[in-house]
Amino acid sequence: MWDWSFALEILPTLASAAIITIEATLIGFVIAALLGLALALVRIAIPWTAWPISVLVELIRSTPLLIQIFFLYFVFPKFGVVLDAFTAGVIAIGLHYAAYCSEVYRAGFDNIPRGQWEASIALNLPQWATFRDIIIPQVIPPIVPALGNYLVALFKETPLLSAIAVLELMQTAKIIGSDTFRYTEPMTLVGLFFLVMSLVSAALIRILERLLNRRTPR
Amino acid sequence: MTDQPMVRFDNVSKRYGALTVLDGLSLDIARGEKVSIIGPSGSGKTTVLRMLMTLETINDGVIWVEGEPLTHMDKGGKLVPANLGHIRRVRAKIGMVFQSFNLFPHMSAMANCIEAPMTVLGMKRADAEARAAELLDMVGLSQKKAHYPSQLSGGQQQRVAIARALAMRPKIMLFDEVTSALDPELVGEVLQVIRQIGREHDLTMLMVTHQMGFAKEFSDRVCFFYQGKICEQGPPSELFGAPKNERTRQFLRAVLEAG
Repeated sequence: MWDWSFALEILPTLASAAIITIEATLIGFVIAALLGLALALVRIAIPWTAWPISVLVELIRSTPLLIQIFFLYFVFPKFGVVLDAFTAGVIAIGLHYAAYCSEVYRAGFDNIPRGQWEASIALNLPQWATFRDIIIPQVIPPIVPALGNYLVALFKETPLLSAIAVLELMQTAKIIGSDTFRYTEPMTLVGLFFLVMSLVSAALIRILERLLNRRTPR
Repeated sequence: MTDQPMVRFDNVSKRYGALTVLDGLSLDIARGEKVSIIGPSGSGKTTVLRMLMTLETINDGVIWVEGEPLTHMDKGGKLVPANLGHIRRVRAKIGMVFQSFNLFPHMSAMANCIEAPMTVLGMKRADAEARAAELLDMVGLSQKKAHYPSQLSGGQQQRVAIARALAMRPKIMLFDEVTSALDPELVGEVLQVIRQIGREHDLTMLMVTHQMGFAKEFSDRVCFFYQGKICEQGPPSELFGAPKNERTRQFLRAVLEAG
């Protein structure tokens, strides 16, 4: 049933594919975290954008990520936007999770008491300095756990990129399977990799959480 | 120039929908004058301070600060709504201390006091820290510079908030019920600091307060607000000693009974 020598033989191939998976996760999450913050900030700073942004966020959250990936990869070229599979996939993942993250940030901003904004006005701080020095440092620590959950969720959705033939972990395992007719070892190893990485990131997020809480006693 | 009022409310009104909070308020405050505002809740007294700090917009009238319109600017002889640059320039003359302190919880007492001097006034860190240290010293908190707001008592937090406002070198200081959120035994230390800055700094001070004793002893003039208007005003000896208006008498009687 389980062939240790076969498992060892495919390990290097899977390991290099794992790097693609990690790259896609990190780049995707950076896009999600920054774009999500940008969406939440624009919403607050320019009130009339609240409605169009909430429509956009709802649109992205209410359609499957797989469809969005296909859209970017197969439909956009019809409009002259040609992206390679990795780029299209990572942008789609980033956009999708940016929609979720923007809601997390929004809840974070809503939790800041009015008095913090009023004290900033009374001290005549410009709006950008108010966001940078007063509001955002108070918004981030409480939402680290929620953002961390999305990081792990995003990571576990990267196998969707195999649908547009990005050579990440899942796609590589599928190729090994169809070439050798052996699925047990590659799929088990891929599953184990996701399990270990998810546990490791969850632990890292908890450490980060504790660090942030120590820096800002309440 | 010198007899020009520091602050002038010229027929200022504030409405929330159908509710009129302030009804055609006209009030001049002289340079260096200490004015207390008293009155029942809902009489619009806090709104006066919040409008002057530009935390609330006004519906009618003009507020003048040192002869300059606060939320308006002169355009070809007509007053038009001011842009943010103008508002920020005039607003720089005003500092405010809040009932709920509103310190920045993620910053130490020192960091609270140097944030605005560095970003707004462009002071160097060393200069800002030296100035903040002086002020924290003055409010009796030289040992608490590195403490975070959560590590300070309410009275100490409010004293940091006073130092933070003074660090911006305002000409006008607004105190909005600054002792109302404090435990009774901490009220004295905050009032003591206000007394001291009233003596030592050349400030125009405007305070909304429920501390009648303090208003009596500290202010040059007391304004009694009732239903969005100044019902009676005068030197504390007259307003507290011989109030002319029946509403003032009722209010003072009620407050004295409670206090």
